[in-house]
Amino acid sequence: MNNFSYTQADKAKDATAAKRDDKSAAFIAGGTTLLDLMKLNVENHGQLIDVNLLPFRGIAMTKDGLRIGALERMSDVGAHPLVVQQFAMVSESLLLAASAQLRNMASIGGNVLQRTRCGYFRDTAFPCNKREPGSGCPALEGDNRNLAILGTSDACIATSYPGDLAVALIALDAVLTLENAKGKQRQVPLTKFYLLPGTTPQRETVLEADELIVAVTIPQTEMARKSKYLKVRDRASYAYALVSAAVGLEVQGGVVKGARVALGGVGAQPWRCFEAEKMLVGKPATEATFRAAAEVALRGAKPREHNTFKVEMAQNTLVRALSEVAAA
Amino acid sequence: MEIQDKENAPTNVVGKPLDRVDGPAKVTGAARYSAEISVPGTVHGVLKTSTIAKGRIASIDTSKASQEPGILGIFTHQNLPKPAKTPKQIEKWRAAQSYLPMQDDQIQYAGQPVALVVAETLEAATQAAALIKVTYQADAPIDSYLDPKAELFDPQKIQQGKADGHVVRGNPQQAYDGAAIKHEATYVHAINHHNPMEPAATLAVWEGADKLTVYESSQNVTMHQGNLAELLGMPREQVRVVTKYIGGGFGCKGSFWPHTILTVLAARAVNRPVKLALTRQQMFTGVGHREDQEQTLRMGATAEGKLVSLVHTKKATTSPWDNYTESNGKVIDMLYACPNYSTVYELARANVMTSVWMRAPGEAPGSFALESSMDDLANQLGIDPIEIRLRNYAEHDHSNGKPWSSKSLKQCYKRGAELFGWDKRNPQPGQNRRGRMLVGHGMATATYPVHSSQGTARVRLFADGHAVVEAGATDLGTGTYTVMTQVSADALGLPPDKIRFELGDTRLPTAPGSGGSVAAGTVASSIMAAAQDVWEKVVKMAVADKKSPLYKARPADVKVELGRMFLVKNPQKGETLVAALGRSGQPDIEGSGTGKYGAGYETQKFSPIEANENSDDKEKKASGHSMHSFGAHFCEVEVDPDLGTIRVTRWVGVHGAGTILNRKTASSQMSGGAIYGIGSALMEETFRDPNYARYTNSDLASYHVPVNADIPDIQIEFVPEKDPYINLLGVKGIGELGMVGVAAAVANAVFNATGRRMRSLPMTPDKMLEALRLPA
Repeated sequence: MNNFSYTQADKAKDATAAKRDDKSAAFIAGGTTLLDLMKLNVENHGQLIDVNLLPFRGIAMTKDGLRIGALERMSDVGAHPLVVQQFAMVSESLLLAASAQLRNMASIGGNVLQRTRCGYFRDTAFPCNKREPGSGCPALEGDNRNLAILGTSDACIATSYPGDLAVALIALDAVLTLENAKGKQRQVPLTKFYLLPGTTPQRETVLEADELIVAVTIPQTEMARKSKYLKVRDRASYAYALVSAAVGLEVQGGVVKGARVALGGVGAQPWRCFEAEKMLVGKPATEATFRAAAEVALRGAKPREHNTFKVEMAQNTLVRALSEVAAA
Repeated sequence: MEIQDKENAPTNVVGKPLDRVDGPAKVTGAARYSAEISVPGTVHGVLKTSTIAKGRIASIDTSKASQEPGILGIFTHQNLPKPAKTPKQIEKWRAAQSYLPMQDDQIQYAGQPVALVVAETLEAATQAAALIKVTYQADAPIDSYLDPKAELFDPQKIQQGKADGHVVRGNPQQAYDGAAIKHEATYVHAINHHNPMEPAATLAVWEGADKLTVYESSQNVTMHQGNLAELLGMPREQVRVVTKYIGGGFGCKGSFWPHTILTVLAARAVNRPVKLALTRQQMFTGVGHREDQEQTLRMGATAEGKLVSLVHTKKATTSPWDNYTESNGKVIDMLYACPNYSTVYELARANVMTSVWMRAPGEAPGSFALESSMDDLANQLGIDPIEIRLRNYAEHDHSNGKPWSSKSLKQCYKRGAELFGWDKRNPQPGQNRRGRMLVGHGMATATYPVHSSQGTARVRLFADGHAVVEAGATDLGTGTYTVMTQVSADALGLPPDKIRFELGDTRLPTAPGSGGSVAAGTVASSIMAAAQDVWEKVVKMAVADKKSPLYKARPADVKVELGRMFLVKNPQKGETLVAALGRSGQPDIEGSGTGKYGAGYETQKFSPIEANENSDDKEKKASGHSMHSFGAHFCEVEVDPDLGTIRVTRWVGVHGAGTILNRKTASSQMSGGAIYGIGSALMEETFRDPNYARYTNSDLASYHVPVNADIPDIQIEFVPEKDPYINLLGVKGIGELGMVGVAAAVANAVFNATGRRMRSLPMTPDKMLEALRLPA
């Protein structure tokens, strides 16, 4: 870790302007990812701008859906009655993540900006195209057991977002509200927020340097209510997903009327399975349908030496999650 | 005076579940671990480590780093003062790793220290370490015994030369060839790291150039003192090592590692006390590990399942300099009645640091192979897993022909089966479901040898009825403070709160470290021996004291129990040690003694039954026995057939380990063993990149150890066992026992659940899914 200065912003504009004016600056909310990466010298910031005093709070139903302030904590959102009752998969994705201590610290805005757990990214002794563009990707022929099989490139096979919440958010068409140094706000759907690695794995989102996440809004649907987040991992708690599935269904008379499907742990970004959703709609809500959709969801997967298991595991996880939601 | 009812005596505390005497200090933070200790003027050291695994340092640029404020010294191979000797030159206190980094420009493993920064603050030292620019000339490293570049060789000797690399008993090959049943299987074990909560730390304090005190996270202060004295060319008396508390060690703090001597040398150079703690990442390349390895076990048996031959081989990775590998074969040699046995070790040098003992070294992976194969054998014969073990029950130790000093394994099997409800187990694999889950039940045997050891203790009894008891032992957090307080209380007839037991300092009488399960047995018996020295002195006082009920008695007619002296023939006639001492006017009285564990037997003083035997006879008798603890694990698992996850849902462990000094701490230790074993069975694995020979998951988020949610309620029992040969108190060690056989018990339960035999640890969901895809 290097020395850095610390400032507290009480107005959004101060924070975004400070960030715009200092290329070495970073925002800090919970700091649960940032401080780790700084200790590892993966990120070296000259200035940390504390945004915790900004008024980006609140969990409330609006006409566009559930609006969650970016500075709300994972634990508070996960346990909120509205979230538990109307957005089951969101609550589950939050409460199955990390540890109680981390959930108490980590903010929603910070969560969607988590960085990869790829061991090569997190250790500066290794080359890494994401950390040092052009230096190479040892994961291709190395420890890729927990890396991505969908949306990867020859430059990077990281699960760029390793967490849970964004998988549920992307499934439910959630929209981020961003604000820049000019005080201008824009709305970006999660499905358009993340960038695939391609040849520029260092670029992970469309967030501009002077932009802050203000809030996330999740449309209220039957599929959000009747939903599930299923997480498969190496130990029972406090572990990143090997594979996870965020699924929501609207079923009428045994027939799927609407479906939301996303996968975690397998994609270079939180992986929305549009093709699988299309294939589910209009079909009987049976295991055979779910199995067929799961196969579609993993079509085009490019596993490597240590993560071939993810194809089958992801398919089975999807079938399990869809079956359980349909039966609920 | 009334005769004390021994069972109800307030001082009869050995065995009772006494709360930890160090508990309040730990939960209030009053207990200081090595990195928490500061002396005036303490400054901070930070290591910079190699990014490559093989090659040489081309250049080190410290110019930027040295401009940071508060920097007191930046040490590299170019300017670090040389020690008087290197670890390789020290025979007696052989460090696990003979290679000392920062002596030249060579790089032999990733994470090897290349620079040490000393600064006024930890922050300044950390920042400066990051600013040091090291350039390397890198060569392609060898990552493991599986590397195509690696060459397997026959080490002849393993364990730093202490154990044979080849052992043959009988004619194993011929017996195997002629066996009615032949079973052959290969077992793989991942790299494991000890990962105690407390990282390794050193605080080096020089007083002038010739007196050194080191506060070290050490499982063995004597070993650290010996190494430091030799490395520095100083008399041992001039080096003091102190370790009052350890936050776990599991073996990694029981050897000498580079960071300690580097810190000591830097402290002398800057003439300030220097504190250095390894970071969690550095803990993966600073204090050893359990090596990556595979074993092949060929098992020959009669048609009835009686073993006729065990042919074992092991391949493993070792460092460029040392021939360390766990001796997996020992447990395979001794556990069952098998007339023919052999083991051969093959090693390959790779660019890794030397591996080292990690909880139940050898026995843990060795028993995984043996107890998995035994389960296969039972399944093949269609008999119960306990029955196959009873058919091969060793009534004596077949590895050396000696009788057991004690063995309660049959009782462990029986009681464990009762507690678990083993009779309800479905022997048909894959038939037992709970909802979607496949449920399986498995068992395995635990055993651990008594490694002979000895140590000394000092007992100082005060006339006001309290005592200070001292031994230079250590407490890993497992309860040494507590159990030795109990032993002392009973030896002196004082309540435990009148005993202060001191450990963890080379100024105290020399005791063994906490390792190889020797501490409890050795230190307890040395305290008993020291207490008896006190008894002897006080009895002499009493028989010469007109006011004593024992006045004019012959000392040989006096017995001492729970702090009370009395006439053997008239037990009512007597008094307490404290009463006699109090009348003497002497403020206190001191005794010392040597206790032995496993190696012999001390003379029991004031015991007419024992007094007729001389200690030489007893030594002979003891050495004529084979000494081991035994136990049995029973476990239930649930396997998710679609997702491949395995969860342990029930655990029963029943053990026979001689006198149990404290039921609570002992049970905790056995539960801990089960948890540690479940970790190695299901999740613990360090991945070493094949191209860079560098670990890719050096943190506790990626290196998975069990969390609470992974562990079910664990039921532990001890069967009553008296061992007359081990030591005065009949104490056997339990530190390792609880882990031996655990991985096999889990694998056996997984087999029972799924019909799939998992032979590669850890049994992660990917491996389970793959196994489930194949036909049973």
